[in-house]
Amino acid sequence: MSLDILSMVLVTIIAAATPLMIASLGELVVERAGVLNLGVEGMMVLGAATGFAVAVETGSTLAGAAAGAGAGLALAALFGILTVGLSANQVASGLAMTILGLGLSGLVGAAYVGLKRAPAPHLNVPGLTDLPGIGRLLFGQDGFVYFAFALVAGVWWFLWRTRAGLTLRAIGDDHTATHALGLKVRKVRFRAVLFGGACAGLAGAYLSLAYTPFWAPAMTAGRGWIALALVVFASWRPLRVLAGAMLFGGATVLQLHAQAAGLGLPGQALSALPYLATILALVLLSLGRRQGGSLAPAALGRDFTPHR
Amino acid sequence: MTPAAPPARTEGPTPLFGAYGIVKRFGDFTANDGVDLEIRAGEIHALLGENGAGKSTLMKILYGLLEPTEGVVTHRGDVVRLANPEAARALGIGMVFQHFSLCENLTVAENIALVMPKGLNGRTLKERIGAVGAAYGLHLDPDRPVWSLSAGERQRIEIIRCLLQDPRLVILDEPTSVLTPGEAELLFTVLERLRDEGRALLYISHRLDEVRRLCARATILRGGRVVGACDPRAETARSLAAMMVGVQVGEVKPPSGVPAGPERLVLSGLALPAPGLHGTALDGVSLSVRGGEIVGIAGIAGNGQAELFDALSGEALAPEPGMVRFDRVDSGRLGITARRRNGAAFVPEERNGHGAAPALSLSDNAILSRHATAGLSRFGVLRRAAAKALARAVIDAFDVRKAGPDPAAGTLSGGNLQKYLMGREILAEPGILVVNQPTWGVDALAAAHIRQALLDLAARGAAVLVISQDLDELFAIAGRIAVLHDGTLSPAVPAADTTRETLGLLMGGAAPPVAVTPDLTRENLARESAHAH
Repeated sequence: MSLDILSMVLVTIIAAATPLMIASLGELVVERAGVLNLGVEGMMVLGAATGFAVAVETGSTLAGAAAGAGAGLALAALFGILTVGLSANQVASGLAMTILGLGLSGLVGAAYVGLKRAPAPHLNVPGLTDLPGIGRLLFGQDGFVYFAFALVAGVWWFLWRTRAGLTLRAIGDDHTATHALGLKVRKVRFRAVLFGGACAGLAGAYLSLAYTPFWAPAMTAGRGWIALALVVFASWRPLRVLAGAMLFGGATVLQLHAQAAGLGLPGQALSALPYLATILALVLLSLGRRQGGSLAPAALGRDFTPHR
Repeated sequence: MTPAAPPARTEGPTPLFGAYGIVKRFGDFTANDGVDLEIRAGEIHALLGENGAGKSTLMKILYGLLEPTEGVVTHRGDVVRLANPEAARALGIGMVFQHFSLCENLTVAENIALVMPKGLNGRTLKERIGAVGAAYGLHLDPDRPVWSLSAGERQRIEIIRCLLQDPRLVILDEPTSVLTPGEAELLFTVLERLRDEGRALLYISHRLDEVRRLCARATILRGGRVVGACDPRAETARSLAAMMVGVQVGEVKPPSGVPAGPERLVLSGLALPAPGLHGTALDGVSLSVRGGEIVGIAGIAGNGQAELFDALSGEALAPEPGMVRFDRVDSGRLGITARRRNGAAFVPEERNGHGAAPALSLSDNAILSRHATAGLSRFGVLRRAAAKALARAVIDAFDVRKAGPDPAAGTLSGGNLQKYLMGREILAEPGILVVNQPTWGVDALAAAHIRQALLDLAARGAAVLVISQDLDELFAIAGRIAVLHDGTLSPAVPAADTTRETLGLLMGGAAPPVAVTPDLTRENLARESAHAH
């Protein structure tokens, strides 16, 4: 039966990792385009509130998920107008988005606190889902999980295999040079910001529709910040986001299990694990860095104003 | 590569490209004021002018990066609208940028793919890069990331990117400013071949010898207007310079003989690890500069110039005592202010942000470097009147042109700011002056002024060390010249005993740098000190 226990643990790890993956992949695309969006937490929590509210009203999880993504996108649009359109400071604007998102989500979700609804439906393939060990793991997840994995592949393919992805990476590396070549720096950045916001909103909707599933104020509990750290941890590569999200998800689950098992370690120490892992990864990355070039998109966080 | 170029036509009623009555205003500043320019197929056309004459603006209009406020651009007589670089490229206009428009962390092939037509697959592109490279002698590995390439190799990417689009007109902005003489030769061969294929080239440069060699026609801009057109081959470098600045440029007086002053600046085996990702480590740099002489350090950017300057100015401390001596005082581990107090002065390469704080006024900028040596503060309180007086003295002595009595440093043109920064240090009558790229991006008139000031300072007994990429400049002012390549310094030889070719080889690292072996360095130093007695 140990296989089933392992499988169960893995299922919970994946559940904890899914929102991190979705939000991180979105932010990865934003940062690859050269924009630092510190508003992920706010977009995520607004997505959670809006997603839950719309799902309760319509009774459709899908509509809730779409609304969550839409709410994240709307807040990202505001962020994009400020930072990409008006060249406002990205750090300050991002922090403002987080505060705004937390406030707005309280407003949107006020009427829905304490309501319960059924979690997002899980895939159920007769025969396959009931397979011992791997059945639940492979064929019994909800739609968000499959989407998150597809998103890893999609973002990887987009960045490294398409012309638009190349353009986006080039803009994140040097906006002056790419502008001089006639590439649409601000247009690409704005679209990347919208994509990142939609991903953050969707990740939030996963929390309120599938993970818990209910709405509570500030329920994201810092996952947006973990998603940001994860992008750095993954050194801006989608496949490493997958690995990092599992590690962070694993640490979260481990902490719950350790507390349940009454382990001597304080829960706070275990909660700090993902962050310690990030610091360690950053140190290792900078120790083993290449002779030249940079890991991070070179234009990250620098604003761009074309003069015309 | 199938150059389906039109037959070469040097004279004709309709030029390949024309720009007529171009006016471009930025706010109330007019960068181009009714500029006319005609470019014919099969010619290399020079565009000459000082900094701020409007060359870059005109070039950006032709490449679709800027839209003119007034005026039209024509292609074979038809008016065309160049709304963006894509439209310009579609008409066959290509551009080789001065500050390369390359993304450092992308590969060669990726950088080229950015502007190629969509749907071109990677392998085909690499084959075409190889084919064009072979045809023009421009070899490149398409999979190398740009950060690992030299300036010359980077320029090859820009040229190949241009050629892959089979351009009718290639615009080159200061293409030789970062090249070794050898690399420049290769470039000239490619340019002449492109001309012979019937393409038009617009060549922007302030190196007049190159223009006289390559170009049959030149258009000269001054203050945003066309002030003349000529055949550069029929002119001298001096007459061209005079047309550019509107007055006769005085030639600097050549340095006088071998100085007999004492050793004032001595470096012995200065070694420093690379400061960062893109830095260069200094490896056993030894040099001595006597009072009364100017020693030049040649080399291509990125070979340790910035690191050497930092070690001299005190921005980087020497790892061991005795490596840097100013007037016999071990200074390698002293801070910047301590070095200044001991009579040294420094002018860094980057004017805005390193030499001056652009948002601060000129008098505030005087305080930044002279607070300890000009008595500009008393008990920690600034003496504004003294600072203003010092700034005024610099402005008068060095003919700094500016708007208003005490404007922000960032509002001055490059040449005027550089004159101000040089004056700020020179008026302190330093015993040792270290300058990095004294006339980088400075117009001919200001450059002549700055060079003369350096010569005068040396004549008054100071030891002057000039780090420059410009060999013409070093030959004009330096008594001895050494070459910095990959963090090692060749022995300084009298300028009269060396040639551009020899220095060019050393700059490219072709000849073995002699100074790396310690015994030779000692021998060199021994010879130099024997020379003093």
